[in-house]
Amino acid sequence: MSQKLTAAIVGPGNIGTDLMYKLLRSEVIEPRWMIGVDPSSEGLKLAAAQGLESTHEGVDWLLKQDTLPDLIFEATSAYVHREYAPRYEEAGIRAIDLTPAAVGPAVIPPVNGEEHVAAMNVNMITCGGQATIPMVAAVSRAAAVSYAEIVASVSSMSAGPGTRANIDEFTRTTSAGVETIGGAERGKAIIILNPAEPPMIMRDTIYCAVAPDADRDAIVASIFAMEKAVQEYVPGYRLLQEPQIDEPSAATQGQTKVSVFVEVEGAGDFLPPYAGNLDIMTAAATQVGQNIARSILGSNA
Amino acid sequence: MSDINTLTRTWTDTDPASGLDLRLTDTCLRDGSHHKRHQFTAQEVHDIVEALDDSGVPVIEVTHGDGLGGSSFNYGFSRTPEQELIKIAAETAKRAKIAFLMLPGVGTKDDIRAAQDNGGQICRIATHCTEADTSIQHFGLARELGLETVGFLMMSHTQPPEVLAKQARIMVDAGNQCVYVVDSAGALVMEQTADRVAAVVAEIGDEATVGFHGHENLGLGVSNTVIAARAGATQIDGSVRRFGAGAGNTPLEAFVGVCDKLGWKTGIDFLTIVDASEDVIKPAMPEECQLDRMTLMMGYAGVYSSFLKHAGNAADRYGVSGAKILLEAGRRKLIGGQEDQLIDIALMLKAEQDKAAANS
Repeated sequence: MSQKLTAAIVGPGNIGTDLMYKLLRSEVIEPRWMIGVDPSSEGLKLAAAQGLESTHEGVDWLLKQDTLPDLIFEATSAYVHREYAPRYEEAGIRAIDLTPAAVGPAVIPPVNGEEHVAAMNVNMITCGGQATIPMVAAVSRAAAVSYAEIVASVSSMSAGPGTRANIDEFTRTTSAGVETIGGAERGKAIIILNPAEPPMIMRDTIYCAVAPDADRDAIVASIFAMEKAVQEYVPGYRLLQEPQIDEPSAATQGQTKVSVFVEVEGAGDFLPPYAGNLDIMTAAATQVGQNIARSILGSNA
Repeated sequence: MSDINTLTRTWTDTDPASGLDLRLTDTCLRDGSHHKRHQFTAQEVHDIVEALDDSGVPVIEVTHGDGLGGSSFNYGFSRTPEQELIKIAAETAKRAKIAFLMLPGVGTKDDIRAAQDNGGQICRIATHCTEADTSIQHFGLARELGLETVGFLMMSHTQPPEVLAKQARIMVDAGNQCVYVVDSAGALVMEQTADRVAAVVAEIGDEATVGFHGHENLGLGVSNTVIAARAGATQIDGSVRRFGAGAGNTPLEAFVGVCDKLGWKTGIDFLTIVDASEDVIKPAMPEECQLDRMTLMMGYAGVYSSFLKHAGNAADRYGVSGAKILLEAGRRKLIGGQEDQLIDIALMLKAEQDKAAANS
């Protein structure tokens, strides 16, 4: 009996292709299908070259096969995923959703990675969410966060048509994640696409409002611990500066402001290293998929 | 032989009943929000709208400096919620239309709906000048709601005319009725403005109008605006008393005076708006908008004008040079919205400064 779960990647774009290379290295997941809709897709060709069964006939084709995957990684768009998610569930396939559709509960590996291993559908929020929510959670572990705000700057080259056509989904889904998983009472998210050449590496700033008497040493220690936890699956995740603490003032609405500056350099599996925003998505999805696979393989053993 | 004062395109082509050669928008209650550190009171907004409306200003823009949803740690919190200010402006204006700004990635469609509910009639959507496709869903919604639309191509100095023309096309196809060439850094010089406006006019023809939004960081606000009008821009931004980010915007009252001399009809009474500038706008300003070391750096290095106050804050907080922060922001090719990176730059400069001190 196989010791790996089978997976289909739906969406052979940049994210789907990068994800494939990460899953090919997995000890518990075997990527077997790459599903697209465009016969000229470069990603389908690359997948075929890696021995995956590749088709441009879409998910309808996949769901008609005699053998179905255990897992589907959705790397299309929120609209597509919302449409197909019920059919995956009917077919008994677990879905790991890399779009901002937010059909299932959201997962950030170092914060709640084990929490939803039994869910039929889990959501990876957004690239900005994966890069920043760990830090909001880190501050929340040490002090109550009344408001958290994240600013994600990514290179224009790394923002695909899905993100561009639906940038509101990004801000909405990310700010919801800042609250539900980051633990902030109120969350806000901002995204900037910067066209500079050479492309800029993804940068994120996380601002948290905490009470004036919060334990600052504990906050800073928690931030450094979280940097290490994220580095376990995204080695290029790093603090650019020591966390900055600003005293309460009118400009901080009477709260102490904690600022965290992060850079995310990608592993360069398929996407260039500047696209840390995409790398952190595929790395996090791989982690979450593996957690699900281990829980299923473990309970079958 | 054609008279250089004869405009090839006028606002009357678009709105025959207006009788205007150029339709002017005052932006002091939006762009000036940066200079005011987003501290406008309800009374100030009421008084300024009343005075501008009396002068005959046809469009008045009111929003947080960074657009709907801009109230934040990153850009500064609003003293009065912007939706409340939009509502007051709409209730105060008798003739003028109230415009509001939104930046995809900062504000959302819900913010646009709320602004319309509060009386906003013109939805201005701003993207960096290479990222127009992030505005498609917002133009779609704005038109569906029956709002008049304007699109801002920010930091226009960073791209050649042909790139701006292509980006303008994306916005127009999405439902935008007027494309603005926006000189966010106050870095365009005369013919560079004309070439960009002309390229956009050539691309979109009569499908939409073209506008120009200038800044004073190299002292060229009025000159650039005159040359933009000659190149075919029929909607023009300015702020009375320059009340805007950086060294401020094209001074609207000065531009009105220039239009009078050139015979261009704006519908704005020069003497009334000059009085408004002195008696109403000046008292609401924390200080005059200055052409000084910091703002000159912005025009010279091509830096987004609203970085000014944030660079100043970071310079004070970490004891480093504000001018150096701005120059580094230009070198890193930061764009509008990346105010957070100014803190990173200040920390880098401080580390260099500390290292140099330790070695000396």
